[in-house]
Order: sequence, then C-alpha cells, then structure tokens
Amino acid sequence: MDLGFTFLLVANGILIGLMYALIALGFVLVYKATDAINFAQGEFVMAPGIVAAVVAGAANSFWLGAAVAVAAMIGFSFLLERTVLRPLLGRPVIAVIMATIGLAAILRGTLPMLFGTSPLPLALPLGDEPIEVGSLTLQPAQVAGAAVALSALVIFTWFFRSNRGGVAMRAMADDQQAASAMGVNVTRYFAFAWAMAGVVSALGGVMWGAMLGVDVQLALVGLKVFPVVILGGLDSIGGAVLGGLIVGVVENLAAGYIDPLVGGGTKDFAPYVLMVAALLIRPYGMFGTRRIERV
Amino acid sequence: MPLPMPADGPLIAERRVAAVCASDQSERYVTPILTVEGLSKRFGGVVAVRDVSLAVPRGSITSIIGPNGAGKTSLLNMISGFYRPSEGRITFEARDISRSRPNQIASLGIGRTFQNIALFGGLTVLDNILLGRHVHMRAGVLKSVIYWGLAAREEIAHRARCEEIIEFLRLQDIRKQPASALPYGLRKRVELGRALAVEPRLLLLDEPMGGMNQEEKENMARFILDVNQEWGVTMLLIEHDMGVVMDISDQVVVLDSGQRIAAGRPADVQADPAVIAAYLGKTR
Repeated sequence: MDLGFTFLLVANGILIGLMYALIALGFVLVYKATDAINFAQGEFVMAPGIVAAVVAGAANSFWLGAAVAVAAMIGFSFLLERTVLRPLLGRPVIAVIMATIGLAAILRGTLPMLFGTSPLPLALPLGDEPIEVGSLTLQPAQVAGAAVALSALVIFTWFFRSNRGGVAMRAMADDQQAASAMGVNVTRYFAFAWAMAGVVSALGGVMWGAMLGVDVQLALVGLKVFPVVILGGLDSIGGAVLGGLIVGVVENLAAGYIDPLVGGGTKDFAPYVLMVAALLIRPYGMFGTRRIERV
Repeated sequence: MPLPMPADGPLIAERRVAAVCASDQSERYVTPILTVEGLSKRFGGVVAVRDVSLAVPRGSITSIIGPNGAGKTSLLNMISGFYRPSEGRITFEARDISRSRPNQIASLGIGRTFQNIALFGGLTVLDNILLGRHVHMRAGVLKSVIYWGLAAREEIAHRARCEEIIEFLRLQDIRKQPASALPYGLRKRVELGRALAVEPRLLLLDEPMGGMNQEEKENMARFILDVNQEWGVTMLLIEHDMGVVMDISDQVVVLDSGQRIAAGRPADVQADPAVIAAYLGKTR
C-alpha cells in the first residue's frame, strides 16, 4: 500500500471534513437553541452561495459578495423566524420540520428563477497555485475553507460554554417555559439562534461555492449534514467537528481504495453506512446529550 | 451520603405562630405585594379559574390549596405570565402585570418553581443557579462578546451571589454535578435555589414538597421558612400536604372548581364548613 497516497487522502479528508463541520454547525446551532431540526440546511448554504457569486460577479469583488451574502442571510433568518417559525413556537417539533422541508423546496425553486440555472464562478482572492506542504499538494480553496470552519467552530464552542447568551440558549432548548421564568427573552434568543445559523451557513455557502462552483446543486452538500450530526451528536459542536472529520476521511478513503475496485460510487454512500451503524450503537452520537428518562 | 440538616430546632409551628402574632401588631403584613382581582381563565368551554380575588400581604407565606383540578396551577400560571387571563387584573407592587410576558414578570421580581421539576438537565447545578442571575446581568449578549472584561467582572459578582445561595441551601457538594443526575428531593432544592438567584420579592412555588418523603418535606419546609424570614421573600405556594400548609402559612386560600371558597388564617380555614365539604364531599 502506498503510504504517501493514504496520507494525501486523509489530509484532504480532514480539510473537507472541517468544511462539512462548518455546515453541520449551522444545523447544530439551531437544534441546540431551539430544539428544531432544519431540513433546509443545504438550501441555507446554497442561497448565500448564489447571492455571493452574483454580487461578486457584478461588483468584481469577492469580499463584497461574501459580505452581502452574510448580511442577506442574517436578514433572511430574522424574517423567517418572525413570519414562519415564531408562530410555530410551542407546537410539535414535526410542524417546524415540515416547515423547513417546504422552505427547502421553495428556495431550490425560486433562486434559479431569479438568477438562472447556469453555474456561476466564485473565486477566492487567493490564486490557483496549489499549496505544497512537504509531500502534500493541497488546494488553496480547501485550506481557506478549513481555516474559516475551524475559527467558526472555536468561536461558537466558546459562546455556548462561557457566554451568558450561549448558556441562556442551552437552557432555552432544555425547557423554554423554565427559561422564560428565569427572565430569558425566549423569542429574542430564538431569532438570535436562527441568525447565527444564517451567518455560519453563509460562510459555508461562500467557501463551498468557491470550491465547487455555485448552482442549485450546492444544496446537496447539506445532505452530508445528517451523517455528520448523527455521528457526532445533534447538539454538540465538538461532535460536529469529529463527525465532519470522520465523514470527510471515510469518503476520501472510499474514493481512493474502494471505488477503483468496484467502479466508483462508494464515496457517496460510505458515510451513510457509518451513520446507520452509529444509530444502532450510539443513537445520541458520540458527544450528544444522553437524554435520561425517568419512569 | 446523609444530607446535612438545618441546625435550628424542629418546632416550625411554634416559631411561625410567634412570627404571626408579632406581625399582627407591627402591621408588617398589611400592604399587599400582589393583588388578584376577579381573575378568570377559560380554555374553550372549560372554566379553569372563575372570578378569583386574593391579596398576598408583603412578607407573608400564603398557601393555595384545593382538590385536584381546582385551578391552582392555572392561577399560578396567570401570575407568572404563562397564561393570559380571560378576565380580571393582577397587580404586583402597584403595577398591572395581567398582560406582561413571563420574562418581563421575572425581571420585575417574581420567581417561580414548577410542579414537575423544570431544571435544565444538561447544565450543572451551579450553571442552573447562575442562569437565575440572567435578569441581573447588565452586559447584553453582543456586548458580552465584545467587552469580555466587563462581562467577566460581572460574572465574578454573580458567582459570589450563587455561592451564597448554594451554601444557604446546602448544595456545596453537588454544585458541579449535572442537574439531571440528582435524586428527586435535591432537584427540588436546586430548583428553589435557581428561583432564589432571580432575587425575587415574590416567590411562587408549585407543590414544593410534592412527591417527597417526610424527612425531605421537613427540610423543604425549613428552607421555605428561612427564605421567608431571613431574606424577606414573600411566598405564594401550592401544596397538598395539609400538615405543612397549616404549619407554615400565614394565610390559606382555598379553591374548588376554579372558585375561591375560603381565605384566611389556617385555623379559621380548617374549620370552615365550605372547605370541609369540598374536601370530604358534601353531605346532603
């Protein structure tokens, strides 16, 4: 076995894995604070990706495109929370899930209507020179994506562990009624959580868009969120990182070693095999909160 | 591990009687901190609370009793803002709170605990109590991200306050444990601590002794009396254990089928024919 080749696959897997973790972070933020499962996470990534590409193309400035995408997602999240999600507050979780599934379909349908279906380029202001680290050759977009992902993950880990707002959000997810009896303004934090998820998703959309190009297909990376969060735990940021890394590495190893034997395709479902196995062994993920039920 | 017992004696009733007698002369209990006037709550066709009025004197312990389904928790939920009253007015310290939201009512100084313990299971005992300080934290969320120093200095003061509460309720040994892992009686006590961290002037307790054994009940009764007397917190509580209610209350309000059927001193209420009828069934 070629050790250099394995090493390359693992290194690439780690970079991709961090970018998966970034998207999963958007999902985890919402779940951690509001107990809602966002099935539109992929579309939350695609939409700002498209916005960024359109603005960046028109203004010829990557930074402006990225800034507008982030701002647009903040506005969109607040609007969504106010018009759709807040009225569903206190209703069964399935109502919010269905609303996000509907939202996903709406976003997938309307954005191509507005901006066309042809893929748009979105180039990071980095150049195309591959980065050489020892014997490894890495793509600059991947390295930048991993760096952005890592910073976002560190910031939000700190936020939920030590910040007053983060602790209030954890409490709110645990028991909304008790949290409001402690003076926590539940509706405000609810909106705040969705806005944070919007920011993270926008970063994800820009970085993934820079790597893959931007069109409706970008929403498909959202599907990878599920193996990531099931492996790591729905409400754990650390879990999202580890889940992302596992999914990234497993995917790359499958592509490098199994695909040539069977003619391809295992890369795409290998993470889901792991996900199903994880559900059977540790249904709350590796780091998720174990719910203790007293009977 | 045996729980440490409060040091002072077991004669709750005796101490209480002395306090009530003293207060009758000092008029300490005369001004109500909370007034409820003509309060009703309907859920569709069901009337949970019907035209209930009551006044909670400042500094008192007032108990609400009544058979199951009498509307006790509904009444408490209206006071803490979880239900909107269908009719009537709730006044706290001369301010109309009938239409206020739960978090606003908490920041005005009304704390509460829940019938089915509502601790944040994922947080430690200390974090649960610290969360009660939420309304007193002046650094907002964004500010606390940006000016980390300000938030950190504030945090130290809040932690000191929480340690006081932890010591008061004798929770020192379990402060770092996750709340969900604690036995029932202790979780009830942690919930009381969290409510105290809000520094309420009025504390609503929904069945603080529900499901407890005799020893746990006596402990809790002492904590309630101590909080009332040493910290001057007015208490409004729902409780089923008649012995405890008669021992610790200054005033007892009796609800039946959503209506107030009696209110007054424990001994008077106990002797009230309407109350006896409600509890033992009407004689025809």
